[in-house]
Amino acid sequence: MDEPLNLVLFSGTDDKLQAAAVLTAGAAALGKPVNIFLQYWALDAFRADRIASDHGLAPEAGAAGRAAVDALAAAGQAAWAETLRQAKDLGGVDIEACSLSMDLLHLDQADLDPLVDGVEGVTAFYLAAGDGQVVFI
Amino acid sequence: MAVLEITQQIDARGLSCPMPIVKTAQAVKVLPSGAAIEVLATDAGSVKDMAAWCRTTGHTLVDQTSDGAVYRFVIVLK
Repeated sequence: MDEPLNLVLFSGTDDKLQAAAVLTAGAAALGKPVNIFLQYWALDAFRADRIASDHGLAPEAGAAGRAAVDALAAAGQAAWAETLRQAKDLGGVDIEACSLSMDLLHLDQADLDPLVDGVEGVTAFYLAAGDGQVVFI
Repeated sequence: MAVLEITQQIDARGLSCPMPIVKTAQAVKVLPSGAAIEVLATDAGSVKDMAAWCRTTGHTLVDQTSDGAVYRFVIVLK
């Protein structure tokens, strides 16, 4: 379990971010390090002023998917940002913003939620990833 | 067999996957080796998850029961 799990988050919809948060929390509970690299619309979802907003769902969700996701939230499922906070509380979870995407979106680190530990380039991400799997969501 | 004394109960009822495991992992960080914990959960996935978590982390799942709605796990920490 020593090799880290490495998640590249690209999509900024709540369903994909929730799935990523669940994978992260599960790995953290097992003591597996997790590196998260935020690109494009996923990075936009981590803006401090928007992280609690509705980020929509992937197109395939449709109306029935929307209703199912809403029902799970109404039943008390934690929002993805809260799941990530719990995962970080366990330790071993590092969340980095892609510097190119920071430029694309005209963001400074001060614009991001404190869940984000820093800003780095892709080379630093690969160095941290080591021989662990890289998953793109 | 001697009756285990439960050091801490973790009430994860109503929490969806993976929060029962996350809450358990958070709680055991500050507990000593040999302590016994009881976890209550309603997430059906927690049955396989708790067993897998114990196997990976080295803790011992010593008892597991269910009344059909609530799953109860007793774990002795390594």
